[in-house]
Amino acid sequence: MDFSFSEEQTLLRNMVQSFLSDKYDFETRRKIVKSADGWNPANWSQFAELGLLAAPFPEALGGLGGGAIETMLIMEQFGRHLVVEPFVETVVLAGGLLREAGSPAQQEAHIPGIIAGETVWAFAYAEPQGRYNLADLVTTAKKDGEGYVLNGYKAVVLGAPWAGKLIVSARTSGGQRDKDGVSLFIVDKSAAGVSTRDYPTTDGRRASEVTFENVKVGADALLGEEGKALPVIEKITDEAIAALAAEATGCMDELNKATVEYCKTRKQFGQPIGKFQVLQHRMVDMFMAYEQSVSMSYMVSLKLGESDSERVKAAAGTKVQIGKAGRFVGQQAVQLHGGMGMTDELNVGHYFKRLTMIDTQFGNVDHQLKRYSEAA
Amino acid sequence: MDMSFSPEELAFRDEVRTFIAENYPAELRGIKTRAEMTKEQILLWHRVLYRKGWIVPHWPVEYGGTGWSITQRYIWNEECARAETTALLPFGLSMVGPVIYTFGNEEQKKRFLPGILSADDWWCQGYSEPGSGSDLASLRTRAVREGDHYVVNGSKTWTTLAQHADWIFCLVRTDPNAKQQEGISFLLIDMKTPGITVRPIITIEGGHEVNEVFLEDVRVPAENLIGEENKGWTYAKFLLGNERSGIAGVARSKKAIERLRAIAGAELVDGRPLITDGEFQRKISEVEIELTALEVTELRTLAAESKGRGPGPEASILKIRGTEIQQRITELVLEAVGNYGHVNTPLGEAANSNEFVPGPEYSNMAAQNFFNMRKASIYGGSNEIQHNIIAKMVLGL
Repeated sequence: MDFSFSEEQTLLRNMVQSFLSDKYDFETRRKIVKSADGWNPANWSQFAELGLLAAPFPEALGGLGGGAIETMLIMEQFGRHLVVEPFVETVVLAGGLLREAGSPAQQEAHIPGIIAGETVWAFAYAEPQGRYNLADLVTTAKKDGEGYVLNGYKAVVLGAPWAGKLIVSARTSGGQRDKDGVSLFIVDKSAAGVSTRDYPTTDGRRASEVTFENVKVGADALLGEEGKALPVIEKITDEAIAALAAEATGCMDELNKATVEYCKTRKQFGQPIGKFQVLQHRMVDMFMAYEQSVSMSYMVSLKLGESDSERVKAAAGTKVQIGKAGRFVGQQAVQLHGGMGMTDELNVGHYFKRLTMIDTQFGNVDHQLKRYSEAA
Repeated sequence: MDMSFSPEELAFRDEVRTFIAENYPAELRGIKTRAEMTKEQILLWHRVLYRKGWIVPHWPVEYGGTGWSITQRYIWNEECARAETTALLPFGLSMVGPVIYTFGNEEQKKRFLPGILSADDWWCQGYSEPGSGSDLASLRTRAVREGDHYVVNGSKTWTTLAQHADWIFCLVRTDPNAKQQEGISFLLIDMKTPGITVRPIITIEGGHEVNEVFLEDVRVPAENLIGEENKGWTYAKFLLGNERSGIAGVARSKKAIERLRAIAGAELVDGRPLITDGEFQRKISEVEIELTALEVTELRTLAAESKGRGPGPEASILKIRGTEIQQRITELVLEAVGNYGHVNTPLGEAANSNEFVPGPEYSNMAAQNFFNMRKASIYGGSNEIQHNIIAKMVLGL
């Protein structure tokens, strides 16, 4: 039993920490969010230079040979700074799908571009009717000679406005919610028939609604086995859940520290409000919620490689924990900051908004509770 | 004990229902929050009710009240919520108006009440200060008497819609040497007076409702003092009691639950409406039961008030539970809309552009309403302070 990080892992964390402290303070982030593009490609190049985009890939694929723990360390720091650049979308999701399901040719064609920071990816999986069910697909891919023709509509594709490439889930056979018959395709965002409408999200990111109208792709666009993609999607979205859990712990820790500090300095009724026992206990509860989330974040990151049912329990359980803890910590941080917590000016509300959106990504508490119960 | 309506009350219900249906301005239909309205739109419904003579059912008849019974007022609120009419601004009608007719002199009543009723004067509330939130009595905005004027210096914050206001009612410190609560006065200040600056505060959902108001050597005629100098805390508490009871929002929450059910009926989980999901159904039921209890609690409070007892410390129950319920409903709406909870609808200046907002209409503001509603447990005396009030005043702890 050992919860300490290796020397390399500690170095990685310190490097990300110092880079973000220098280059990603809250006011800089505000400017990035408000800019026309909503992200800073220069940061992305820096991430590549620092090796962050290579960290979780195996050495055989040109990576630095890390994995879930490296992703966890990076994401925790990203959470502390509310980084908006699409690390989860590009490295964890697209990179993970390519690593897990890609042919050697596809890996060779695409992973170096990710590692070098040249290509940004987005994962178009959700549909308006499908809610959090990854198999509930109306989007279809029909065999067309050697290749396929895609038709359909994808909702809230995070990071898509910045992406050059999309990975798209589509039904190649079976009924709308069948587990079989789901396939993945690599699609150029600029391909004929792909149209996007971009918009900002409440946590300062960008997303697109993506329409596919008779989009023709070659046989080499199929990622993994035709009709057998659902288990791969579940596995890689669980990896994304682990990444989001780490991000959430970064957000929560920053909120807790800011709240304790505020309550020590804000005076009402002649004393710091942190002297009031009712607020002390509240902050203790916030602290415990955070610690429990850190534990789940470690746990899921260590269990991603285990059997499907173990992994699902770990990921679903973690998502429930961070969903509940994130909402509690976020809401109480705002409450204890009083009116100040409601302002756009202070970072507190921004952490709260991000934590709220993390609960929505890949299924909220209710969804993951059911998923856990079915796996347990 | 009787909780049912008499035939007369039912007839009254039909009358007001018809009135609302026929007179609610068409251009306001479908608008649910103030953030979506222009200044003129905010006042439209007010003006209709003013012309009808129904703008202040809760005021004494001699000042413009309707003379309705508690039950009739309850029915009126229910019907307004049912028709989803836009909320009336409370600053004149429920806050400073009652202070003026209760504690003001004849001159002040004549001068200020008509403008409140007609909405020719837009009022805002100068209570909180950067250093005085929950501990309101520690306020430091200073008013010094110079001849027949007070000279006011200080700043107020969280001032809702001050950007549109003609007048502000302010708590100011007139005696810095007295005990905190005993050196405060209640002043009415014309927002056009030189020395007043309004700075917007943007809140986390992107809206601009609240402001900071800076007062620098603002000269206020002494005749704008309400009641006696240094007795302002008495009037302030009277106003806060009214604010608390108005804050419960029971009828609006009922409508919001109805809307939540409709959303949960439209959203699908594995092809079936979310509303048929047992877990989600139970969450709606829980909040609805809490609301049912609060409704009867409010009616009991109103009944006690009609027997001459003012809103006592029990009003804090209405504030705490009422705001918790409002927050819970916005939380459930956000849960209900699923992935489209990510959507951010541009507000304020950006709202007029034709920016693309995806997803079903009901999801457009789901997250923003949830974020914005967090203010409810902070304003009007934070819910922690309301617990203190009940502990001290009701339980005697």
